[in-house]
Amino acid sequence: MGQSVNSKSVSMTMIPAGDRSLTIRLIGRLDAFSTGSIWREAVDGVKARGWEDVVVEADGLDYIDGTGIGLLVQLRTIQTERGNRIDIKGLRPEFKRLLDMFDPSFFTNIPPENTEKKRFLEKIGYASAELFSDMKSLVSFVGEIFSALSFALKKPSQVRWKDVYLVSEKAGIDALPIIILIGFLMGLIMSFQSALTLERFGAELFVANLLGLSMFRELGPLMTSILFASRSGSAFAAEIGTMKVNDELKAISTMGINPVSFLAVPRVIAALSMTPLLTLFFIFSSLIGGAVVMLSMGYPLTAYISRVFSSLNISDFLGGMLKAVIFSIFVAGIACHRGLMTGTGASAVGESTTSAVVSGIILIAVVDGVFAVIYYCLGI
Amino acid sequence: MKEKEPIISVRNLTCAYGENVIVDDITFDVMPGEIFVIMGGSGCGKSTVLNHMIGLDIPGSGEILIDGLNIVSAQGETRLKILSKIGVMYQMGALFGSMTLLENVRLPMEEFTDLPLEAMDFIAGMKLALVGLRSYSGLMPSEISGGMKKRAAIARAMALDPGILFLDEPSAGLDPVTTAEIDEVIKGLSEDLGVTFVIVSHELSSIFNIADRVIMLDKRLKKIVAEGDPRELREHSDDPIVREFLQRKAWNKESI
Repeated sequence: MGQSVNSKSVSMTMIPAGDRSLTIRLIGRLDAFSTGSIWREAVDGVKARGWEDVVVEADGLDYIDGTGIGLLVQLRTIQTERGNRIDIKGLRPEFKRLLDMFDPSFFTNIPPENTEKKRFLEKIGYASAELFSDMKSLVSFVGEIFSALSFALKKPSQVRWKDVYLVSEKAGIDALPIIILIGFLMGLIMSFQSALTLERFGAELFVANLLGLSMFRELGPLMTSILFASRSGSAFAAEIGTMKVNDELKAISTMGINPVSFLAVPRVIAALSMTPLLTLFFIFSSLIGGAVVMLSMGYPLTAYISRVFSSLNISDFLGGMLKAVIFSIFVAGIACHRGLMTGTGASAVGESTTSAVVSGIILIAVVDGVFAVIYYCLGI
Repeated sequence: MKEKEPIISVRNLTCAYGENVIVDDITFDVMPGEIFVIMGGSGCGKSTVLNHMIGLDIPGSGEILIDGLNIVSAQGETRLKILSKIGVMYQMGALFGSMTLLENVRLPMEEFTDLPLEAMDFIAGMKLALVGLRSYSGLMPSEISGGMKKRAAIARAMALDPGILFLDEPSAGLDPVTTAEIDEVIKGLSEDLGVTFVIVSHELSSIFNIADRVIMLDKRLKKIVAEGDPRELREHSDDPIVREFLQRKAWNKESI
């Protein structure tokens, strides 16, 4: 007796006759939802031995759809490729016509897909080339943006000031709550943690020096720029990326407008003007956080304030602000660049947004390192 | 053959967005196996009616029976059962940009059947072959033309062999040759697989070529102003709106 498979609505019985021929009897309804249950058995059963003759008895089938026909075509393709015979009996004429549409040769002549695996070294080569071309396009973009900015300086009326105000509001004013919150919490946590250690030496009051110096020189601009990159840089990339996907950038170009001056310049100017202000807010809210800790430890506010500013000079303040300005150009610039470089499809927008934030933060870290070296050499 | 039951039955359908009534109290049937076209000028509510028929929008009133089940009130299992009977091709194709054509066609099978992967690939290949795209199966949607996208979208709509296919403007924005190719695909699927087509279109050349029956909607009256064989309507309709629509455009077509 042959092997038998029963499913929801179709049953298949395979009856071998000797070593050479196999009869497959199909009964029921062979459609997209039932074919899956017998596909593997049917295909493996026919493949298992080089049956010279396979007979499919299809007269028991009430209904067969494209998926069911797919199974018959697959069986026929296997037999034909091996030079063996297959006879599909009892199929209703309308289904027979459908089956005949798929000539087995049609499937054997499919051009092979390019599935050749790249070797490890080759992959490194490709990745390096990609990195190199990315760097190249970034450098050329930096050039483009500086030339567009200098053009804007020469002819301020050419700048789309309405966009500048709009972006400034979205990326600047709307970002205030999160900047103030994170600044306050950082000041609070840093002061509290360092006060716990310094208390052992009776030097809690120096928390004020530590907080003031680190916030003005380093953490203020750094944290603000990182927050700017993740909050607004991502938005720049997503907005410009979606415009690219919707062919809006093509429209801009064909109107004879330079996409860099149209889209990137207003955003960079907005970032340039907003980041130093946001940095100031960040620093002052962190100082308020520090003040809360110091007050709770019993030190008067005047002592705290005088401590904070006694350890600072104007070069610390200006150095920090300069960093904020430079970071903002890089963050906004790279976000616009990633947006303009977006590929096609919805996922490309996601990729360019991620890339804008990641590259922005990496650039901030690298440029901060460069600043540290320069300030050290200049003795600031 | 008259005793056939309609496969889709739209009863007293009123489509409105808020206060804005788009179509008012229309009734029509679609018979199994026919190519049924909803036509009319821009803004007459063709696509709105289609969106209601596939359950995307909820009508102001009326019912839409698909194979005896009302899609308007259907929930859960019943709704899934109705949706398994239909396939939809959207105006721009709506292929998933991150997947190849083969993967696009395979997706509904992955979600709803227990076919092994190689079987899904094989059948997806067959569906693509039916629309003449077998050798493009490894390409991404961004790498093919607009007409090919629409054909691939038809293949995806057919993935689970639904009995009814809804096509939203299959020939909009395509050149006459590509339009004719898509018409051939539709006629082929109708004749070979017995699929019922509900097509929204205003391409007269295509309508005269493929439609078994049409309804025509009018923007001002918000009603069906004509129903029947489009060729007969063109020759014999005594309604000026219908004549104007069918003849003027037909005349335009000939002058091209």
